[in-house]
Amino acid sequence: MVHQVLFIVFGLICVAGAINLLVQRHPISSALSLVVVMASLSLIYLLLGAEFVAAIQVIVYAGAIMVLFVFVIMLLNAGAEERTRGSRIALFVGVPGVIILAGTVGWMLVSGSGKLGSVSISSSNFGETHQIARLLFNNFLLPFEITSVLILIAIMGAVVLGKREN
Amino acid sequence: MDTKTFIIAAVIKIALVVFIMLTGVAYTTWLERKVIGRIQNRWGPTRVGPFGLLQPLADGVKFILKEDLLPDYVHKGLFILAPMLALVMSLISIAVIPFGETITIAGHTTALQISGMVSSSGGISDINIGLLIILGVTSIGVYGVALAGWSSNSKYSLLGSLRASAQMISYELALGLSLVGILLLSGTLSLRQIVYSQSGNWVLGGHDTHVPHWFIFPQIVGFFIYLLAAYAETNRIPFDMPEAETELVAGYHTEYSSMKFAMFFMAEYVNMFTVACLATLLFFGGWHGPQLSFLPPLGQSLLPVVYFAAKVFFFIFLYIWIRGTLPRFRYDQLMAFGWKFLLPLAIANIIVTSLIVAWGA
Repeated sequence: MVHQVLFIVFGLICVAGAINLLVQRHPISSALSLVVVMASLSLIYLLLGAEFVAAIQVIVYAGAIMVLFVFVIMLLNAGAEERTRGSRIALFVGVPGVIILAGTVGWMLVSGSGKLGSVSISSSNFGETHQIARLLFNNFLLPFEITSVLILIAIMGAVVLGKREN
Repeated sequence: MDTKTFIIAAVIKIALVVFIMLTGVAYTTWLERKVIGRIQNRWGPTRVGPFGLLQPLADGVKFILKEDLLPDYVHKGLFILAPMLALVMSLISIAVIPFGETITIAGHTTALQISGMVSSSGGISDINIGLLIILGVTSIGVYGVALAGWSSNSKYSLLGSLRASAQMISYELALGLSLVGILLLSGTLSLRQIVYSQSGNWVLGGHDTHVPHWFIFPQIVGFFIYLLAAYAETNRIPFDMPEAETELVAGYHTEYSSMKFAMFFMAEYVNMFTVACLATLLFFGGWHGPQLSFLPPLGQSLLPVVYFAAKVFFFIFLYIWIRGTLPRFRYDQLMAFGWKFLLPLAIANIIVTSLIVAWGA
């Protein structure tokens, strides 16, 4: 009961933040709305019992990546963007496309809710740090290591780009 | 424990801990002015009350009575939001800090920790990602400083907050990595469990060494990194570039007055307390200390809190001592120190610690 109420509250905050992100004209306001989205997402993870993922969501996304976004916006002193009258493609292709997609997904979920089955969270320590570590370093070791190589490549790219030319 | 008693106990604990914390913050400013005064061969506050003891009260009254200026050309919403964000984020971290074991008052047993719970079997449970919560809340706290500088629409504020955000992001890495050694030794992220794993004495080759089982001894390098990174993280001397008053007027809070300035001030001191509490919990055995069996039961259960407070006081005093002793770094020195010295050292510390842990397992 409490879980459902909290889920609805944070879900609404999350959607409101996402809409505000699109509506706001100033980049800082948009970035801060994105922080609200990240934070409420992390609380939804917490409600699902995935506490480690929730904490990482706050530390990495809200705390590190978005701080860098805000930092860059401040550094470039980006001003408010101008309102345009909107493109025709967006009006005639984009809006109907979104409505059709949302309608299809909603209809499938509602009509097929009986057939979809359910996921049971089997063990009591689901989402614990130990569990995640065991999954990462046993079952998914190869994808995990490949991801780390990808990140290393990104770091090397940043170093090359940031190197001062003499 | 049923839900009702839990909520009542939690509300009482929150009110009590916040009250003690803010009183502690107020008297830390007094202590700081006294100690710095003595280091610089002067008296510090002496006029208000005996030994100037009522000075924090007078300061508080002054903060409240001063005119709350809202400069023109500031971004109003963010200008007001920023100090609140800074203070709230610094206060949230106390929720996960354990101060001691349990206390029994009028038949109700409760854990000495806001987010701690005592189960019916007598075991204490707390949030098992306590350390991550503190790191997360600290990383959100950067927004308070960053937004304050940007929304003030003033060059000094903006420069101060750019420095502050860059410094906090850089040193957060070293801070986080310096704690990994502790996690390897204790095998948990719960602050209460980390303290429990530091009970007893170190045993070397079957001999009791009579040295307490604190993690400072195997993790002296980690502690060194943690302390330096924590000083940078809280923007204190010798790393107080964000508010270097000789260069930047007052840094990110130049345009703030009255209670809004007081909120930044309080946030800085609460952060000092959080850092001191964390150092105590992770490296100095938390509330562990010699047992005094002649005390009555209530005294017995409060004794750990006294040990905890004494260790935290030591770190607060160290803060003040260093402020009175060291000059400020230059900004490029600060960045080079963080990235080129502390970070590699922290990584080396992790590698050595994990090799030793793996060898012992």
